Amino acid sequence: MPHTAIDDKVVRVDALVKARGEARYVSDMSFPDMQYAYMIRSSIPRGTIDSIRIPELPEGYWFISAKDIPEEGKNELWMIQKDWKCFAEGDVKYVGETIGLLVGPDRNMLSYLRDKIEIRYTEAEAAITIDEGLAVKGGPIVGEDNVMCSLFVEKGRPMEEVFREADSVFEETIETGFQEHVHLETNGAIITIEDGKYTFYASAQCPFYIRKAVAGLLGLQPEDIVVKQTTTGGAFGGKEHFPDVLCGPLLVAEHKIRKPIKLIFDREEDMLYSVKRHPAKVTYRTALDKDGNILGIDGVVVYNCGPYLSGSFVVLQRGVFHANGVYDIPNTHVKGIGIATNTFPSDAFRGFGAPQTLYAIETHMEHIAKKFGYDPAEYKSRYFIKQGGETITNGHIVEKVVLPEMMKQVVDASDYFRKSKEYAPGSGKGIGISFYNHGGAFTGNGEQAIIKAHARLVKTGEKVRIEVGSTEMGQGFQTSLRKIAAAALGISIDDVSYDNPDTSVVPDSGPTAASRSTMIVGRLIERCAEEMKERWEEGDFSVEKEYEHPEGHPWDQNTFRGDAYLGYGWGCCIVEVEVDKLTREVKVTGIWSSHDIGKAIDELIVHGQVNGGIVQSLGYASMEKMENRNGHFRQSSMSDYVIPTSMEFPKQEWFLVDNPYEWGPFGAKGMGELVFNGADAAYIDAVERALGTEIHRIPMPPEDLEEVLRNA
Amino acid sequence: MLNEIVFYVNDKKIVFNGNPLTRLIDVLREDLELTGVKEGCGEGECGACSVIKDGKLVTSCIIPVGAVNGSRIYTIEGIRDTEKGRCIIEAFAEGGAVQCGFCIPGMVMAAYALLSSNPHPSEMEIRKGISGNICRCTGYDLIVESIKLASEKGGELWA
Repeated sequence: MPHTAIDDKVVRVDALVKARGEARYVSDMSFPDMQYAYMIRSSIPRGTIDSIRIPELPEGYWFISAKDIPEEGKNELWMIQKDWKCFAEGDVKYVGETIGLLVGPDRNMLSYLRDKIEIRYTEAEAAITIDEGLAVKGGPIVGEDNVMCSLFVEKGRPMEEVFREADSVFEETIETGFQEHVHLETNGAIITIEDGKYTFYASAQCPFYIRKAVAGLLGLQPEDIVVKQTTTGGAFGGKEHFPDVLCGPLLVAEHKIRKPIKLIFDREEDMLYSVKRHPAKVTYRTALDKDGNILGIDGVVVYNCGPYLSGSFVVLQRGVFHANGVYDIPNTHVKGIGIATNTFPSDAFRGFGAPQTLYAIETHMEHIAKKFGYDPAEYKSRYFIKQGGETITNGHIVEKVVLPEMMKQVVDASDYFRKSKEYAPGSGKGIGISFYNHGGAFTGNGEQAIIKAHARLVKTGEKVRIEVGSTEMGQGFQTSLRKIAAAALGISIDDVSYDNPDTSVVPDSGPTAASRSTMIVGRLIERCAEEMKERWEEGDFSVEKEYEHPEGHPWDQNTFRGDAYLGYGWGCCIVEVEVDKLTREVKVTGIWSSHDIGKAIDELIVHGQVNGGIVQSLGYASMEKMENRNGHFRQSSMSDYVIPTSMEFPKQEWFLVDNPYEWGPFGAKGMGELVFNGADAAYIDAVERALGTEIHRIPMPPEDLEEVLRNA
Repeated sequence: MLNEIVFYVNDKKIVFNGNPLTRLIDVLREDLELTGVKEGCGEGECGACSVIKDGKLVTSCIIPVGAVNGSRIYTIEGIRDTEKGRCIIEAFAEGGAVQCGFCIPGMVMAAYALLSSNPHPSEMEIRKGISGNICRCTGYDLIVESIKLASEKGGELWA
């Protein structure tokens, strides 16, 4: 077979099996004598459990709760911290907190029994919104002030000095809402016992996270637990830490029941009782000179975390580190606060904290430009950071920044400047533009200090097997990785195999998150392949590599100073709209984007990621409204939480620039999150222009647009 | 139950004796083990469970099995090895339509129903034809392109 070159067009290795309906997702699997589980959850956002009344259970039915955790175990899920309990005990802190697991052979009987369970509470006053959390409504949930995590970064001169010199100060607050992942496959897992070990089959991004999170429940070590990832039907961050919340109770149940147990959320459960994107409130106070030049920006970024930490501090850090967007602002001070509330805990979602602040800074920059009569594109481009430029964390941009070239691509293709001049504010037609980036991989030296990823290649005859802990969840990783290995080895992609990770077989390559898999794990595989190629004639052998951090990139995780990321992906997006003056329906008439991802490992996969990321971002800005009233999410189905269909947005025009990245495989950088990070701001810019108004929050469905216009 | 329900799934005769209110999707996935039919929402909104019933695209999660008495049902398993089915599936693979894959069997069924009634649809007709099928990964462009590709490659197949 001919060897595969990196630029060859290949067919995604998982495409046929999925399109034929042969791929096995966790809900498609069953085992002999399999039992089913239903989660029993709190129905109030905050209070104390007074009593749990369980109906008499027929033989073979079980109610599993905190009481079933053995003496040697602890009722905690070890995510980053251990604050999130496996089962609520005494207090409940959010609607949907796990109280128990109902297990048995027949689902009809289970749902009958579920309705008979009576839980009585003494309800306490809950804090739901960011403002309520900050005001410590109902008393503190965490510490004394509900501040779950915080940090600040500063660059340049002291803010008082900068603001003293200002001719004017412009301050505004920009807000973003919850967003639900709506991976088409809901959350689910099966536990069983294989070869004497507790074994999970799970729809998950991070199999190694699961074993670490749950082992302590039975006083075990992570190695005592096996996790086998099943074909995962979308994740977007929603299956990063959250599978731990399903797998913990399953493990406790399995300890008692010792039969295969399957727990699959239905869509309503997945909507109401799963993690969401953090709602944010971002306030910028900007010092300006008389011509509208920026002297400095003072920012406060607040994220609504819910009552447990999960990934929130890392999300908040990323939010703060992206709070000045793609701009080199001479003086900045940004404070980040993660506030505890009684909502379902917020957690990872594609972009991981960056989309909120990027949307905010783009909108803020655009508002300043318009106030001073500049075109937003032209105004923003004056501040583009360059290679070597100082970042918000006093580090430096390592790579060549080609934003001007990217801007030219989309500006020319969309005829932006002509339309920008022609479409008068309020004319019903508008065009908007945004610039954005995304730091690849873990923050700072996290790849070295925290993860130390491993990857392995195993050669048997003329065939090579990839062994990594990183997962395919739809993003195309499996194909990209096989392509990297094949191209580096000079063999055909058909001679390289990859199986969904099984933690008892593969090394820990770190989580499949942070746009790090191709960039970091792909590079490890490339290094394995380079060595394997040299030793090819040695027969059957394997090569394993550990991550090596490039030298000369200081980072202090205590002060958050230094090179926060080793490389960024960069993006530019233009959106054109027409708004119906009567109904406020927004019709998107054009979408143009350009991205710098270093180098595309597979252009067709990248094409799909660009399209999908942009549509998800446009949904976030325009229609995906998830409201929380008194701790309860109001949208419980796909008919009331509406995500884009094939009719919403037109065909996209997209560009890439070639800008190989020194430490990535074949020059590739991360890209899965980048493509989510900017279409929202371009869309809102366009809608603002079409209506001649200012918008300060997303999502912005037509009914909310009406309200904005009424209050303008 | 009093009456048995008789219908055909992928040309195989099925005699169902249970509760006529049982959802068709449960009969397909559990009794017949046709797990290519996916459950995404359970309320007929997402289209992952799409099957063809008497020539029309339907969502099997909101149809009680009692309503399919005498019907001919085709699932992804029933079309994937037909010439038309292969044409669509191969076009989806070649065109980059598949990411996580969970919506794809339903999407293939939608494409099958569309091309069977409209062999050479325009972009807008394709978008309309799959508007009942939600995909969270692709943003739809490459699915639309792939259906166009299937229409072109299939040629006479669809006439």
